[in-house]
Amino acid sequence: MAGQVLLIEDEPNIIEAIKFILSRAGWDVATHSNGVDAAEVVRARAPDILILDVMLPGRSGYDILRELRDDPGFADLPVLMLTARGQSKDREMAERAGASRFMTKPFANADVLDAVRALTGA
Amino acid sequence: MLNSLAAISVAYVALLFAVAFFAERAARRGRGNWLRAPIVYTLSLSIYCTAWTFYGAVGSAARNGFEYMTIYLGPSLVLIGWWWVLRKLVRIGRAQRITSVADLISSRYGKSNLLGVGVTLLAVIGTTPYIALQLQSVTLSVEVFGHPGLPGTQGPTSTAFWVAAGLSVFTVIFGTRNLDANERHHGVVMAIALEAIVKLAALLAVGAFVVWGMSGGISGTLERIDASELGHWNVQGGRWVGLMLLSAAAFLCLPRMFQVLVVENDNDTQLRMAAWAFPLYLMLMSLFIVPIAVVGLDVLPEGSNPDLFVLTVPLSQGQDGLAMLSFLGGFSSATSMVIVAAIALSTMVSNHIVMPIWLRFTTGTASVSGDVRHVVLLSRRISIAGVLLLGYLYYAMSGGGTALATIGLVSFTGVAQVLPAMLGGIFWRGATRLGALAGIGTGFVIWLYTLYLPSFGPGVVLPDSFFAEGPFGIASLNPNALFGLDGLDPLLHAVLWSLTLNTVAFFAASLFSFPSPLERLQGAQFVNVTQAPGSARGWTQGVAQAEDLMVMSQRIIGASEAVALFQQAAREQGLDGHLPEPTPAFLQRLERELAGSVGAATAHAMIGQIVGGAAVSVQDLMAVADETAQMMEYSARLEAQSAELSRTAAQLRAANDKLTRLSVQKDAFLSQISHELRTPMTSIRAFSEILRDAQGLSDEEQSKYASIIQDEAIRLTRLLDDLLDLSVLENGQVSLNVGQGLLRDVLDRALAAASANEGERGLEVVRDPVAENIRLHTDTERLSQVFINLVTNARKYCDATAPRLTIRVEPHEDRVIVDFIDNGSGVATESQDMIFEKFARVSDQKAGGAGLGLAICRQIVVRLGGEISYLPGQGGGAFRVILPREFALAAQ
Repeated sequence: MAGQVLLIEDEPNIIEAIKFILSRAGWDVATHSNGVDAAEVVRARAPDILILDVMLPGRSGYDILRELRDDPGFADLPVLMLTARGQSKDREMAERAGASRFMTKPFANADVLDAVRALTGA
Repeated sequence: MLNSLAAISVAYVALLFAVAFFAERAARRGRGNWLRAPIVYTLSLSIYCTAWTFYGAVGSAARNGFEYMTIYLGPSLVLIGWWWVLRKLVRIGRAQRITSVADLISSRYGKSNLLGVGVTLLAVIGTTPYIALQLQSVTLSVEVFGHPGLPGTQGPTSTAFWVAAGLSVFTVIFGTRNLDANERHHGVVMAIALEAIVKLAALLAVGAFVVWGMSGGISGTLERIDASELGHWNVQGGRWVGLMLLSAAAFLCLPRMFQVLVVENDNDTQLRMAAWAFPLYLMLMSLFIVPIAVVGLDVLPEGSNPDLFVLTVPLSQGQDGLAMLSFLGGFSSATSMVIVAAIALSTMVSNHIVMPIWLRFTTGTASVSGDVRHVVLLSRRISIAGVLLLGYLYYAMSGGGTALATIGLVSFTGVAQVLPAMLGGIFWRGATRLGALAGIGTGFVIWLYTLYLPSFGPGVVLPDSFFAEGPFGIASLNPNALFGLDGLDPLLHAVLWSLTLNTVAFFAASLFSFPSPLERLQGAQFVNVTQAPGSARGWTQGVAQAEDLMVMSQRIIGASEAVALFQQAAREQGLDGHLPEPTPAFLQRLERELAGSVGAATAHAMIGQIVGGAAVSVQDLMAVADETAQMMEYSARLEAQSAELSRTAAQLRAANDKLTRLSVQKDAFLSQISHELRTPMTSIRAFSEILRDAQGLSDEEQSKYASIIQDEAIRLTRLLDDLLDLSVLENGQVSLNVGQGLLRDVLDRALAAASANEGERGLEVVRDPVAENIRLHTDTERLSQVFINLVTNARKYCDATAPRLTIRVEPHEDRVIVDFIDNGSGVATESQDMIFEKFARVSDQKAGGAGLGLAICRQIVVRLGGEISYLPGQGGGAFRVILPREFALAAQ
């Protein structure tokens, strides 16, 4: 049984694409497109897995992730980070911030699905 | 008898002349090593034993028993302890080319000529009676032969005059032969050494005759001594200590003793031998004093002058030959003392009184006005004659009535006043010129008042009343009982008060005064002479002309000597010619050489005249000041350099910052490009995969996803177009299509294009068509691109509920200003300077653009010869575009 996915992403077409892919695989996908209150939304929704974009309006994905990792309730939350910047230092920053997996845009749809499945153990 | 006496005297004098002459010649020919033999030095010290000792010791013994021995014990102690005082004194004398005791004091205390003059006067006053004493003794001894058994006929005689004249001639000839800086009077010293042997031999002969010829051997003599009053050991402790101290002091301070001890000294070896040999000599001299006195008192009639027993005892026994030898001994004692004293005094008078006066009257011309050497020699010769004349006059005036020993002790006490300043000067760096002046002055005045003036007898100079109840009835100023100190022996009283107050004044004034720089330099050199033979009193180099110095030196030390000296110095400096550079070291050495001829103060003044410096102290201070100035200049230069360096460093830092910023910008740019490219590509890939893989998509979905792909492809294309556009603009490769156009038309086109792109939000645009009616000569296509961008931005970013854009046109003579002002919240102040940079999107809100719009705008406007800027304080976002009306007018 697939669980709930929370997608935080500001690019409408990408949101639509991911939502489509995961929904078809049985996931319940919620979306949010603003960085400022993203952490509260995560706490409120308490998803099984979080897909987090780095470049978000209002607040960077790294900051949001750091805040979540400091919260005991979300320290173990599986987080798949997406970024359109493919440099290695972006990957390092993501790992340091506590990302469970890091994925560079553009991605293969199957990879996203596999990553979500792997991270949730589903 | 008198004739043979005269003949023998003349022969003896001729012998002395011959000895002096040959010694002098040997020294000049460089064969004079034996002249510097320690034994010669030791014998020359015997001028301490003058006629006063030769005749007077017996007299003293006849009157006061063994007291005469104190006069020998004092100097013996000084020599035995030579290591502490004499060695230092002698080394200072050699190192500083000291010419006299006055020169020593003057040199030590900052080359003060006032002190030099003071000590010279003291020495002249103290020595003149002594010279008179010698003349008197010769006269008396001659008279003894004329009137055997009846000595004591008094009054000035031609004998004294002729003796004085003869001594003048001898002293002038051998005492002022040359003026080498290394001046040592070898001839004189040799003659004195001979005289020392003669007088010792004479006294020993008379003694031996008295003991073995008249008293039947040693035991008989001892019996006789025991039988007489003299045999009673009658010692006044205070007086003995006082006399020993006094004779020790006099031994160091007497001008003639200083001459032979220090000036004529050549090396420490001489001192080492003198340390034991001279006390031995003194012991031999005193060996037969008491027997002669006892026998004289026994044999000769009551009332005979005991001062002449040495002569009268042999005469009374018919021993004419022995008496003649004895006479020669006395004659030797007298003449040697007079000769050396005259040399010493003439050096002092010449160097400290005559030369300074002569220099003053010929100021500034020392190097060119005649032969200084000649002047120095002449002044010395005249001084010698003057000193002997003074002695003769003193003898003639005083009539020679006083007991010989008394005059000697008065003289001793006078010159001993130099002792505190001398010892203080060589052992205590804190001693100052003022202290020396105060000490010597105080001692001199007290000596005059309590001893010298009273020595003429009560009522002669000082009235009787002074001695009875004190001057003007003030008992505490009684010359024989100062401050109520009554009942002391007058000599002891004077010694005690003069030396005590002298020392107190010396220390007090030294402690309360401040030494001049030169004094401190000299003080350090004197006190530290045994450790560091070097010197601190430097001449500063530069102004002195070597030729002038050469001319002057030739005149002082002689032509060949000067040439040799200069050549040697030049060689040492590595120069080929005859003239060395007037380096400080050379000037100092030259000064010392000259000091040997004319004294330290004069030499210093003469070199000073040529070198142009008033005093070394000032020069030194100037040098120090120069160094300080140089240091400050250097430090200022360093500071300037350091400032420059820090400026450069700051520039480098700025450049580095800029590079770092550029690098960061480049990174950011690449990162931005990556982001801007990847984002549409993500959508494209995702949806194309969906279209390919997903089953059962509705037509509607298929169409929607396909159009997303298309939109993103267009976005991607636009981005690439923008990038290329910007790149072309930045590289200046853009070709402008310049033509005529109305500003209003350009704005119309831009607004139409902008609203075509973005239609969903209503943006009210406020325009002023009249103002816009301006003809422009520019690339209207590119200008409209700028306007489209600005309008699009307003549409995108104006966050007002009813967005409104005001386009304000302000025509000027040669340019036009177009403002785009919206009613939104505008751009934050901190972002205003970066909005024209590439990818500089003010907010991260999705704006659809790549963030290249304003960067492209700026490039275009600059190409068109205008400028674009953010206009703060307009109540919203505001951009100002300034354009030239005529493109040609703009600097392309």
